[in-house]
Amino acid sequence: MSGEVKAGADTSRAPSSQKIQQVHVGGDVMQLIGGQITVTIDGTDVKVPMGTTVLDAARRVGVRIPTLCHHPDLCVAGVCRVCVVEVEGQRALQAACAFPITSSLKVKTHTRKVRQARRHILDLLLSTHYGECYSCKRNNNCELQALAKEYGVDFYRFGHVTESQVPKDESSYSVVRDMDKCILCRRCVRTCIDIQEVGVLEAVGRSNKTRISTFLDKPLGDVVCINCGQCINRCPTGALHAADTSDEVWRAIDDPTKHVVIQTAPSPRAGIGECFGCEPGTPMTYQMNTALKLAGFDKVFDTNFSADLTIIEEGTELLGRLHKALVKGEPVAFPQFTSCSPGWVKYLEHFYPEYIPNLSSAKSPQQMFGAVIKTYYAKANNIDPKDIVTVALMPCSAKKFECNRPEMADSGFKDVDYGLTTREMAQMIKEAGIHLPDMPKGDFDDPFGTATGSGVIFGATGGVMEAALRTVIEFVCGVKVEKLFDHANIVPVRGFEGVKYVELPIANVSPEVPAIIRHLIPSFDFLKGATLKVAVAHGTANARRVMEDIKAGGKFSECHFIEFMGCPGGCIGGGGQPIPTSPEIRAARARAIYEEDAECAVRKSHENPSSTASSSPTAPAAT
Amino acid sequence: MQPTSSKKTPLTFDTIAPGQGLAAALKKSRADIIGEVSASNLRGRGGAGFPTGTKWNLAAAAQGQDGGAKYVVCNADEGEPGTFKDRVLLLEYTDLVFEGMTIAARAIGATKGILYLRGEYVYMRPHLDGVLAARRTAGQLGANILGTTGFTFDIDIRMGAGAYVCGEETALIESLEGHRGEPRNRPPFPVNTGFLGQPTVVNNVETLASVSAILAKGAAWFRAIGTEKSAGFKLFSVSGDCGAPGVYEFPLGITVAALLEKVGGTGAKAVQIGGASGVCVPASEFGRRIAFEDLATGGSIIVFGQGRDMLHVAKNFMEFFVEESCGQCTPCRAGNAKLLEGIEMLERGACSSAYLRELLNLCETMQLASKCGLGQSSPNAFVSIVTHFQDEILGRTAAAH
Repeated sequence: MSGEVKAGADTSRAPSSQKIQQVHVGGDVMQLIGGQITVTIDGTDVKVPMGTTVLDAARRVGVRIPTLCHHPDLCVAGVCRVCVVEVEGQRALQAACAFPITSSLKVKTHTRKVRQARRHILDLLLSTHYGECYSCKRNNNCELQALAKEYGVDFYRFGHVTESQVPKDESSYSVVRDMDKCILCRRCVRTCIDIQEVGVLEAVGRSNKTRISTFLDKPLGDVVCINCGQCINRCPTGALHAADTSDEVWRAIDDPTKHVVIQTAPSPRAGIGECFGCEPGTPMTYQMNTALKLAGFDKVFDTNFSADLTIIEEGTELLGRLHKALVKGEPVAFPQFTSCSPGWVKYLEHFYPEYIPNLSSAKSPQQMFGAVIKTYYAKANNIDPKDIVTVALMPCSAKKFECNRPEMADSGFKDVDYGLTTREMAQMIKEAGIHLPDMPKGDFDDPFGTATGSGVIFGATGGVMEAALRTVIEFVCGVKVEKLFDHANIVPVRGFEGVKYVELPIANVSPEVPAIIRHLIPSFDFLKGATLKVAVAHGTANARRVMEDIKAGGKFSECHFIEFMGCPGGCIGGGGQPIPTSPEIRAARARAIYEEDAECAVRKSHENPSSTASSSPTAPAAT
Repeated sequence: MQPTSSKKTPLTFDTIAPGQGLAAALKKSRADIIGEVSASNLRGRGGAGFPTGTKWNLAAAAQGQDGGAKYVVCNADEGEPGTFKDRVLLLEYTDLVFEGMTIAARAIGATKGILYLRGEYVYMRPHLDGVLAARRTAGQLGANILGTTGFTFDIDIRMGAGAYVCGEETALIESLEGHRGEPRNRPPFPVNTGFLGQPTVVNNVETLASVSAILAKGAAWFRAIGTEKSAGFKLFSVSGDCGAPGVYEFPLGITVAALLEKVGGTGAKAVQIGGASGVCVPASEFGRRIAFEDLATGGSIIVFGQGRDMLHVAKNFMEFFVEESCGQCTPCRAGNAKLLEGIEMLERGACSSAYLRELLNLCETMQLASKCGLGQSSPNAFVSIVTHFQDEILGRTAAAH
């Protein structure tokens, strides 16, 4: 897990002013760092490894220290100062999040000076925090609001702004910036520069004119933002939120002339329970089916179905590219990159445009499903596609941008009309008076009701690769993948390591080529004895590492297929998922997804009975 | 155009021949150089007064990452309002400053030095570059300095861009690295993890010049000047309502009254010791000593005559800090603005004594909870002026102003 997000001194790109740094001590550094040290926190002794912060030490003994700029995924900033404590022997108070323990300390966490400082800091933040809690997206899920309550703020000691100082930036399809609510904790800055290495947000100006801004103060929609929404997930207040289209969806539901169809991606079902007080990792798949019907959607489909289509498209495309390169000797872009993650796609377009040919030509599952609904489904059910409204429930803010891309209208209509985040859907379900966990279980609607486990695991990093391998291996080798991997679990591509690399030798090939690709490849003999090299990266900082290696001609340049996901952990950590997020929460959501996969009767995309029936009409994007 | 010298007294530095200190240092072991500096009780001349020998010892003991270089940085970002003594040293005693850097490098094992020069001092560049070139020609910089095998050291000049906070050593280092000038979390300190993550000594211009003098004349000589806890002589930048503003040298421990007498400032209403971030001393306390144990200062002395409006003085300082806070931490970013607002309320006679008490509490929070020395010291002037001149400040009405 430690490799997931690259927080910390060694890899962080944030300026050193915004992070805690590695302590070098004279003598044997490693020995000292590894050593244990006893600190006293509010009278309780605790033994911690050298270099542990006061905050972490306090948590070990159950002492709560408030934080705002601190986040478990990010390097330490020490800027909000709400976590200050008294350290014996130090004149000034010290930020618990940023104070590394290198000697025996006595710490007091709630003396008069500390309590006064915390109140003052909250009062100062509130003095410039414009907006009312009850009209805020983060009402009851706001760290500033929670601290104001915890510290008994009952009046604005240093005044309070009564009118908006900064207009909202609503230029982006995905992310809204409401800087009136910004408390300058810089979590978004560190997220963007460190976790994602995109770096569109930075502090500009000085003193009380400091603000978080973009390059040349351009609107967010006009800069190289990849819409991943990771900043939203880490914002402690309502200063950042997704561009909400739930009102438009309600309007469509209320309109009797519209046939409103929703597809639900795998990750929201693993996360949405959190919005209703459930533990992270509580699956809500079937309760949600019932709830969405109750809320008024005409049909509820499973995006996993089109994920299976994606696998067939991307898998056959890979085999086709290999055949072209190895047999026909035609120039083909390798490695092939996955194209499901719109954050990753936009990242590639901005930062590595010369590699666009490497992207799979397959649409993402969201867009594929949209096209299927407005073509195949419309025809099969004799509904005019102009009367169909397709909604996509996604764990993602970038999907909102993706569905608005002008090229996403192959059916002659906008393939997907609205993308909703997990958070927005939870809000709609609540608005419909439904307590999701209490719902009886319901199934997905036909004709796309059947999805495989391969579609489900798309939600976690490595999932697309695993799903693709299940299909490709079986196609090429002609043996059941279960014979090669226990229960078809291709474990080497799972897990939260930032970049994974796997080699799969192909000893024998099937004498038969499956009918679905026989027109492309007459025989698999050319792959006999070859080694398939694949890699998986999640979070664009890790993607950058792989891309730089490819540019330099390193080992990733010799890969055949690479899965890239824009967000840390993959879609389960997407920018539309419930807030808060942390490595533990993302791991719990991933567990829920792999459990659903294990329970699926069919676990390989090419064995999906529905997809073989309808795959041909959806092929335009792929070949 | 170079300004004419503002020196009002002869300086002890006049008696130190350039080269003397470095020659003496090169005869000593590294430990002995640090020993000499420690024995002199020299404390940082920038104002914070950290013992120089201790700082060097820590840097000497620190190990760079991957056996990387160590750095000596001369903090020439002289930006404290009312401070202009480093200007004299940089222009008229240039060799002593570079010599001090070279001695520091020898002591801690650094190979590279950087002079971080205040942006407004750009006119000094030709002069400073010329001295550096001459020192290289003379073998006082470069490889095997003055024939000392294996002692390689050279100095670069980098320009600041005008931010006051970059005088804070970690913000200075951030600026050197090309980032926004914002202070880092401490610990770890620059002596462990400084420029580019390597052990770095950051010393004030005057500290480094004093090192040259100490090595030339010995620790005992230096310690005999000043007080027990504040050894040596110190330069002062004197400005304001006095007969002869300029740069003075006095032994540390001098009383405010004695200083005022020398500069033609007797009869003053108050004196600001230590610049905008220092404290305002009323006439009743002119018997106090200027020394680290009483009134510490980097050398800025601003004299206020009887006619001065002390609320206006406080406002001037707070306007400065509202301009110069880096904006990173909450207490300083928002606190200074609140104090300035409070002063404006006082001007209008619209500040209740209860709110004024709350602002004084806020000052305590800023002094305790700010991330760096800027926010920790910016309320000092406000607190001392409000405390000592309460009658003058309270009870104003909008009409009276």
